[in-house]
Amino acid sequence: MVTDTRPQAVLERPIADDTPAIEVKHLSLAFDDKVILRDVSFMLERGHTKIILGASGSGKSTILKLILGLLRPDGGEIWINGERTDTMRERDLMSVRGHLGMVFQEGALFDSLTVAENVGYKLYEETELPLADVRRRVEEVLGFVGLQEHIDKMPSALSGGQRRRVAIARAMAAKPGILLYDEATTGLDPITATSVDEEMVKLRDLEDVSSIIVTHQLRDAFFVAEHEATREQGRLRIIPADAQKCDEAEFIMLKEGVVVFEGNAHELRESRDTYITTFLS
Amino acid sequence: MASLVVNGVKRGLLEVQEYVRLQVLTVRGVFSRPFYFHDVVEQFDSIGLGSLTVVLLTGFFTGAVLALQTGITLDQFGARPVVGRLISASMVKELGPVLTGLMLAGRVGSGIAAELGSMVVTDQINALRALGTDPIRKLVVPRVLAGFIMAPVLTVISDGVGIVGGWLVAVFQLRVVSSVYWSSILKGLYLEDAWMGLIKPFCLGFVIVSIGCHVGLRTTGGTQGVGRSTTNAVVAASVAVIAVDFFVTRVLISFFY
Repeated sequence: MVTDTRPQAVLERPIADDTPAIEVKHLSLAFDDKVILRDVSFMLERGHTKIILGASGSGKSTILKLILGLLRPDGGEIWINGERTDTMRERDLMSVRGHLGMVFQEGALFDSLTVAENVGYKLYEETELPLADVRRRVEEVLGFVGLQEHIDKMPSALSGGQRRRVAIARAMAAKPGILLYDEATTGLDPITATSVDEEMVKLRDLEDVSSIIVTHQLRDAFFVAEHEATREQGRLRIIPADAQKCDEAEFIMLKEGVVVFEGNAHELRESRDTYITTFLS
Repeated sequence: MASLVVNGVKRGLLEVQEYVRLQVLTVRGVFSRPFYFHDVVEQFDSIGLGSLTVVLLTGFFTGAVLALQTGITLDQFGARPVVGRLISASMVKELGPVLTGLMLAGRVGSGIAAELGSMVVTDQINALRALGTDPIRKLVVPRVLAGFIMAPVLTVISDGVGIVGGWLVAVFQLRVVSSVYWSSILKGLYLEDAWMGLIKPFCLGFVIVSIGCHVGLRTTGGTQGVGRSTTNAVVAASVAVIAVDFFVTRVLISFFY
């Protein structure tokens, strides 16, 4: 455990409902002569989903790293829960990251720690919660993603899909209001990918988590946009979403660092843009 | 050609800048919170106890071979009984710190570069930052502290077993009387030598581990990059051990002699 006396930085902090979860304004980034992002702007409403599509190398994952403060933009502004973060010092960013959870490509689990230690990492290391409470929360989130029986295993003993679900459990353990998914289903078979998609839908609809999903897997993107999770008489169901719910999931299409489309699933399907129709075909 | 040289100089300066920056942040991390005490203890065990076997073997055989070689030379002057003086002075002042440093560069420097490099290429370092942990405080500070403190401890142990190795050869091979050997060991040691032998490993331990951390955290290019970082860390740390040894010796000589 860390010998720190900082106030508890995670687990359900109150934030005004009318503040957008994330707002990105005119974001730009280049490495030497290579332009990665150019004038990217969008807003993520609380409890909504933003799905960022695009070919490999179009700058999708870079947006998540900028939001998280792992990279600094050359220009533009990033606002998280009403706080401007792109000019913050690393030290101050640590507290902003308490509101965010990120699921990395391939999971990025700590391979020297058990599943329980991975999932409870933030609570064990960065808070002063009693160990028993942390363990309880770890069991709860592992139960949510259906992996409770794997709690004491090492990540290397899990399958690819299980590792992604542990990564989701780790990201949600400290109850962040915003989750960022970086290619969470890439490389998974359709059945496993659907189970990961369902976790994203459950988190959004049952835990009221705002999310940004970066992917180039159209099937998964449309699944999350067009389904919703409900609890009926204690039973959890994933069902096709109504029109209003579908509108809460917005798509952004990136092409070489530039936003070429922004709209809902229906508008995306109806688009006549050559790049988009090629991408969707 | 000129642009190649300019680019090379730029890259070199960037490395130096990043190395110095890492050390400044590390020192700040030692004296401010959060401080990951559990990780520090773990690294003391890994770097200190984990390196004990290799340091014991190296020290023992260095002392033994030193006795063998110097015995032949000393025979030419009829000075075989003073073999202990030569061993104690050589081991404590120079061979103990440098050889322990080289062994640590091979074992610890490479291990740290490989471990941190793997964490970089698999996004685990980014995951740490995303979870609100500063990787320098969590990973670098404990390792640098452990290297800084454990290198002198291991050097003293290496000096000790080296002298014992020399004693075995002196007694059973060179036929020097045991009491003569031990009194010769004490006569050959001055307080200044002991200080020199103790101060140097602090510098070497710090340099070895900090280079391993720096190279590991700057890894790029997947698993191939991890391999490259590991090799670079060993090479850079080994050269640094010899170079730092020279400069620190020069400074200490001007203080003590």
